[in-house]
Amino acid sequence: MILLVPVLIITLMYFMFQNVPTRPGAPSGFNTACLILLGLFPLFVMFVITAITMQRERASGTLERILTTPLRRLDLLAAYGSAFSIAAAVQATVACTVAFWLLGFTTAGDPVWVFVIAIVNAVLGVGLGLLCSAFARTEFQAVQFIPLVMVPQLLLAGIIVPRAAMPEWLRWISDVMPASYALEALQQVGAHAELTNTAVRDIVVVIGCAIVALALAAATLRRRTP
Amino acid sequence: MMSSSGDELLGGGAEPVVSIDHLRVVRGEIPAIHDLSVQIARGTITGLLGPSGCGKTTLMRSIVGTQIITGGSVTVLGHPAGSAQLRRRVGYMPQDPTIYDDLRVVDNVRYFASLYGMDASAADAAIDTVGLRDHRTAICSNLSGGQRTRASLACALVCHPEVLVLDEPTVGLDPVLRADLWEQFNALAEGGTTLLLSSHVMDEADHCGDLLLLREGHLVAHTTPTQLREDTGCRSLEEAFLSIIRRSTERRAG
Repeated sequence: MILLVPVLIITLMYFMFQNVPTRPGAPSGFNTACLILLGLFPLFVMFVITAITMQRERASGTLERILTTPLRRLDLLAAYGSAFSIAAAVQATVACTVAFWLLGFTTAGDPVWVFVIAIVNAVLGVGLGLLCSAFARTEFQAVQFIPLVMVPQLLLAGIIVPRAAMPEWLRWISDVMPASYALEALQQVGAHAELTNTAVRDIVVVIGCAIVALALAAATLRRRTP
Repeated sequence: MMSSSGDELLGGGAEPVVSIDHLRVVRGEIPAIHDLSVQIARGTITGLLGPSGCGKTTLMRSIVGTQIITGGSVTVLGHPAGSAQLRRRVGYMPQDPTIYDDLRVVDNVRYFASLYGMDASAADAAIDTVGLRDHRTAICSNLSGGQRTRASLACALVCHPEVLVLDEPTVGLDPVLRADLWEQFNALAEGGTTLLLSSHVMDEADHCGDLLLLREGHLVAHTTPTQLREDTGCRSLEEAFLSIIRRSTERRAG
């Protein structure tokens, strides 16, 4: 399912934008939307899946049980991170292939960077999901983190209104959100043929945020509980 | 306080496998365990008995190392409870069958086997031990309560630990299965494994070599089934336990 959904949504958007006229000199509406989707869908999906999965582990007691085995907490995080990264890689491959070959999606830069940014975003999603799962006592609460943590972040990153056009105080808030840098990196790849310094900086920032999120998530995995 | 049969077993000078010293656990606002001290010898089957809410699970979690302790110490096999060296040597089966419902029985047991560094054959052996061979490929959410308990037990047995802490392992099982499991437990104990299991069914106590009777977080008695019957003059262990409760309530009141 997670392989097909992004492809279906991209295809849907393709048909949505089919009759929308493009301003000359500007990228087509589909191009902009597809770029955002390819890059940010992994962030969103992995956040949701990880938050709910980890919350189930906590609530059902399997997390406590696993932590009585020789498994180290970093191993657990590495396992979650790598498993979901591989899933994201497969998902991104399918989505990128369909977008670039079948639907005429183009970027000024190398498509490989779209792929890389998608994977990095997935790892960020895993880190944030693992961290947020600690604050949810039920699956119902875990799901509520989506509108609380993910949606404002994505909106502030500039998917609807560009960051430059936002009021200053909103821009400051978006400056500390990792999704802003994720989206900016994508836009850089979409607009420039060569990988710009901004894009590299943004990718590094996202990786850094992912590592911080995972480290904080490690702190929430307690072997001893009250 | 009843005589400690543990002392007789430790007469040979052997190190106790589990040594609990003035353990105090407070959960939330409620003291779950009050100043409990006990020693458990190697190769024994110790039954932890008492009414619901008396602190059995809290005590087991303290031994396994997943419980935050307010005071006192718990030492298992010479190391503090929960230390890294013990994780392969202490097996734990929690009260609720903590297994992955979306996976098959064999996947669950293999997963836990790999966490302990054991291979798939150890997982298969554990599944056979609990009598789930016919259901190895069943998805766990489709199993009956007793089957899920057994699957959870297989996950605890797979690493061949020196100490097995089992929280209500025979709940929901019919007498035939219970007899089978007790055979397995006896075989494990003869092989040197120390078992600590809990139950609130007093009749199970007959299978245990050693009994720890708990009530409201206090260790009411540390005795053996025979000793318990002699001291209280009751034939049924349930009556014996109730008689002790009454005595301790009177002592507290008087």
